[in-house]
Amino acid sequence: MTPSLLIVALALLSFIAFQIGKARALSVAGGARGIRDLHSLPGHYGMLAALWAGLPALLLVILWVSLQDRVLIAIVTSHLPASVMALGQDGFTLFLNDVRNVIAGNIPASQVSAEAAVAATQYVRLQGYSRMALTALAFAVAVLGLFITRSRITPELRARNSVERVFEGLLFLCSLVAVLTTLGIVLSVAFEATRFFNIVPASDFLFGTRWSPQMAIRADQVGSSGAFGAIPLFAGTLLISFIAMIVAVPIGLFSAIYLAEYAPSQVRKVVKPLLEVLAGVPTVVYGFFAVTTVGPILRVWGESVGLDVAGESALAAGLVMGIMIIPFVSSLADDMITAVPQSLRDGAYALGATRSETIKQVVLRAALPGIVGGVLLAISRAIGETMIVVMAAGLAANLTANPLEAVTTVTVQIVTLLVGDQEFDSPKTLAAFALGLMLFIVTLVLNVIALYVVRKYREQYE
Amino acid sequence: MSSTNNSAVKSAAETQQQVRNSLARRYRAERRFRFYGFAAVTAGIAFVVFLFGTIFAQGLSVFQQSYVKLEVFYDPETIDPAGNRDPDDLVVADYQALVRAALREEFPQVEGRPNLRELYGLMSSAASIELQRAVTANPDLIGQRQTLWLLADDTIDMVLKGNVSRQAREDERRLSDQQIGWLNALEQRGDLDLRFNRSFFSNGDSRDPEQAGVRGALIGSLLTLLITLLLSFPIGVGAAVYLEEFAPRNRLTDVIEVNINNLAAVPSIVFGLLGLAVFIGFFGMPRSAPLVGGFVLTLLTLPTIIIASRAALKAVPPSIREAALGMGASRLQMVGHHVLPLALPGMLTGAIIGMARALGESAPLLMIGMVAFIVEVPQGIVDPATALPVQVFLWSDLPERGFVERTSGAIIVLLLFLLLMNATAVWLRNKFEKRW
Repeated sequence: MTPSLLIVALALLSFIAFQIGKARALSVAGGARGIRDLHSLPGHYGMLAALWAGLPALLLVILWVSLQDRVLIAIVTSHLPASVMALGQDGFTLFLNDVRNVIAGNIPASQVSAEAAVAATQYVRLQGYSRMALTALAFAVAVLGLFITRSRITPELRARNSVERVFEGLLFLCSLVAVLTTLGIVLSVAFEATRFFNIVPASDFLFGTRWSPQMAIRADQVGSSGAFGAIPLFAGTLLISFIAMIVAVPIGLFSAIYLAEYAPSQVRKVVKPLLEVLAGVPTVVYGFFAVTTVGPILRVWGESVGLDVAGESALAAGLVMGIMIIPFVSSLADDMITAVPQSLRDGAYALGATRSETIKQVVLRAALPGIVGGVLLAISRAIGETMIVVMAAGLAANLTANPLEAVTTVTVQIVTLLVGDQEFDSPKTLAAFALGLMLFIVTLVLNVIALYVVRKYREQYE
Repeated sequence: MSSTNNSAVKSAAETQQQVRNSLARRYRAERRFRFYGFAAVTAGIAFVVFLFGTIFAQGLSVFQQSYVKLEVFYDPETIDPAGNRDPDDLVVADYQALVRAALREEFPQVEGRPNLRELYGLMSSAASIELQRAVTANPDLIGQRQTLWLLADDTIDMVLKGNVSRQAREDERRLSDQQIGWLNALEQRGDLDLRFNRSFFSNGDSRDPEQAGVRGALIGSLLTLLITLLLSFPIGVGAAVYLEEFAPRNRLTDVIEVNINNLAAVPSIVFGLLGLAVFIGFFGMPRSAPLVGGFVLTLLTLPTIIIASRAALKAVPPSIREAALGMGASRLQMVGHHVLPLALPGMLTGAIIGMARALGESAPLLMIGMVAFIVEVPQGIVDPATALPVQVFLWSDLPERGFVERTSGAIIVLLLFLLLMNATAVWLRNKFEKRW
């Protein structure tokens, strides 16, 4: 049986176990009249039986399937003739690829070497045995679980408590997924990054000013030395984020002020969702907009005043990214402004301040920590934004502060280094993980500070 | 403050005068400040209008496509010379010859190979594929004549839609003067027209703009979202229920809480790196598969769904819980029978918003290889596939003029889906939201 079919069968078996458990509970209670002697509802006994029938078998299947491929490959490898073992690391990887392609049916067995064909047949044969064994074992475990539970069912069995403990455990596992995700990010990215730093020293990476991630294929190649100095990438990222913030912060902040303090409620009701539409637009749309509309417009304007604007200028990417971030800034600032108690405003009005004076000298000052937190979140967003810069910013790692030139960013380089690359051990692909690690650390620090500031501020007026 | 030395305190009249003098300036500042706010809001709205305006202006024309009316003769000599209607032969027969013959019939005066080649250039290669499909589906057509609207080449399409001017100099457009002449002739006869663009919705990707469609990407997106929904909704709701209803207040749950909030702000591309290193690198799952895409997007949307679900659970008043517990229900029964049903609409709303975010996400999908050029429409969750936003990215890179329109068209389709999802979320919220 294939694993997916097996899982369906186990689910069916669990359902049957539920009915058996329930019937058993009713019979030990002595029919409908004795039901009050049961500790739990009949359904709980059924559920207990279903869990014992389904869960251990399911765990077995998952464990088996996740290990099966490794074990089978190991067995197949151990039977290979010496000629294959003499191929060396790279040759062996290619050989395994051939075997896998034959197994998956991507290429016919006649197109690969005889050894690979034999290995593939062996793999498929072993896979068949493995599946049969798994099916038998899983059913045995399930049926065993069912009968043991059935024999345990008595009116005194605290079925509800057991069932609920299991469910609570499942819920806990669900909430653990988030932690595991973070752990997975840190471990996987840090692991690959460490491998990178073993090849390229961390100081070269962090403080080098030349970025050209090519590695030599032959030792005697011209220009063979790759350079992995990430300073131009950091500078480019900062430049574009800075332009974005110049656009987003004033517009976002002033919109929030206007909507929260001046605009009549009908206007607010229409305009606020309209601005938030900008937050719902996929970033790839902004990227397209930057390439086909904003970039050419800037070029034409630049020409008309005698400036030479690069086709993929930092300005175009930054401007569009700024537009994307406007609703982010404005809705956070709006939250913060409306959280300022009315009594502070009333106090300022009573002293004779105008509305704008109240806003500038009282409301904004009171809301400042929250707004700063919001801006920090927006910056982390801008730094981590990918699609806009991939489409609208360049690939050339220029170390420049001129927004009219093309610069590249950390995210752009991650994408260019990894898209279309299969190998996992060249410095080129590993460099992407080192960049990813930097990105993760920087955004994490920004987020932690921002969330701390925002929460601290919220508590102040609650 | 005061100009006089002997009176430290100004008289009331003096202060009043000072205030009055400054009033005009202060009111001007007030008006200025108000204007800044108004200008910012106007700028924001202008961006919205400009963004959508340009996308729709470029992309709406994608729903129509140029077709040429040709009278095709299914010549048995060409496609079935053996006369045995063998399906294997019919598939590989030269259908392009039929299209060419039909074109020569339409313009009998054209002679000479270079001219003929230009003439054949009017039609898309998809025209012959359409004939092939028609014949293999119904071999009885052989020997008959049929008048069909067949797909024109994208250069024709661009001229017809006005994206390329007929008056432009010959070296500035991809059509020759001669071809423009034929085009005008066809149009006068009513044999060239813009009709509803079927192929955009029925085809996968293609290198020819006129044949490229969004179906493959759309199916890829739907499969990916299906996996995402099936995983992230139960896990997200489970996590929210645990944290809101069961979790003891201790270090571990604090860590989980802070973690979820931080995870919500991690750049999406980092999730892509995780997917590449763990799912593809470590577990050896296939590249470019919606299955892996679904896994990555699950991790990406999980924080959103957990946060929304917790808010929904918080909105259920404690009295409901107390009443249930008072009747002897266990905590799980209280949650399952009373709290969850009341919180479900809010959770669904959160899930839909999370799904909308997942639908628009492309950076992590680039990392796991859902960015390949894939013509086939994916049939299952392990087939190579791409997603709608990634398709937008791929097309936006292509130089042909026709792809600008395709890209905008794909964006419009994407935006329509997002609109639909968000509207559903709003509708759900309005219909089921309870004020206690």
